[in-house]
Amino acid sequence: MDVDEIKVAVLRIEGTNCEDETVLAFKNLGVFCEAVHLKQFYSDMIRDDEQRNITDYHCLVFPGGFSAGDYVRAGAIFSARTKSVLQKDIENFIKTGYPVLGICNGFQVLVELGALPGFDEDKPIAEKPEMALGVNESNRFECRPSFLKHENRGKCVFTRKLKKDVVMFPVAHAEGRVIFPMGKEDEFVEKLKENDQIVFRYVNDKGDYAGYPWNPNGSYYNIAGICNVKGNVFGLMPHPERVFWSYQHPDERSDEYGDGKAVFESVIEYLKRF
Amino acid sequence: MKANVFIELKEGVADPEGEATKKALRLLGFKNVKNVSTIKVFRIDIDARNKDEAEEELKAMCEKLLANPVIQKYKIEWLSD
Repeated sequence: MDVDEIKVAVLRIEGTNCEDETVLAFKNLGVFCEAVHLKQFYSDMIRDDEQRNITDYHCLVFPGGFSAGDYVRAGAIFSARTKSVLQKDIENFIKTGYPVLGICNGFQVLVELGALPGFDEDKPIAEKPEMALGVNESNRFECRPSFLKHENRGKCVFTRKLKKDVVMFPVAHAEGRVIFPMGKEDEFVEKLKENDQIVFRYVNDKGDYAGYPWNPNGSYYNIAGICNVKGNVFGLMPHPERVFWSYQHPDERSDEYGDGKAVFESVIEYLKRF
Repeated sequence: MKANVFIELKEGVADPEGEATKKALRLLGFKNVKNVSTIKVFRIDIDARNKDEAEEELKAMCEKLLANPVIQKYKIEWLSD
């Protein structure tokens, strides 16, 4: 697929607020990208020229922000609405190998949807959630830079072009603590490791695994981002779109682009070869 | 028919909201507070032919949206017939 053929949709509902940066990140790399309200996929109240279909796109992004007040649990309502109207479409989308990204609230949506950890390739959306993103251990909204160690060995299609070992993406969330079913935590981590599904883990400024405040939410095994078993669904709490440019980093840098660019670049590279 | 659907964290799952509330209560002088747990209640008014049918539906609601089975459990309590 040529770069100018690639079409990306950044999904939104009421409360989503990181769609603009995410759209701009993709656009800056030369692909078509637009923010699409979930309603545009199913409602008959939408003008003809604004109606959309999942098959119009090659990549879907659940962006950051909030969704529907984050009532019930963060991301739960966005997920329920997506499931009610698009479950089959998204399942086929993932099975075909098209990439899906969830950032922050988007990660919460993918977890509630049952798309992550996504252990079953034939059933990319599980019946029930298999993990949770719980309230931060600090019981605070944690909003600041975070250091992430890239641990993926090549499965995740969103980080294949990432050259650095440790990156800085900022976090901004109240519910980002990775929780696996009680008593099965280590079993889950082993399975994720074996399948090469662990993508980012929180580290300190020296690149070593560390607790709070480096691990901002108390996530199990310092997990910040994981992908599904196929590598084409990726969710993370930190925001790569907020460090697309180097001037968005708190420290001075000589290059034009920031650490986050690699995420968008990688998936475009993947789609080019699709 | 009306029911209260209680969503609470499973035993052993950390409850930072409860912990923070306990800390604040103790600071206010309520030194006898031993533990605080947060529980969410949804009061649901539902049409159904009978209670069993309604209860089945409420359970499905909990499994589909109201509770995340990894960290939460639910309890249904009827308010009226």
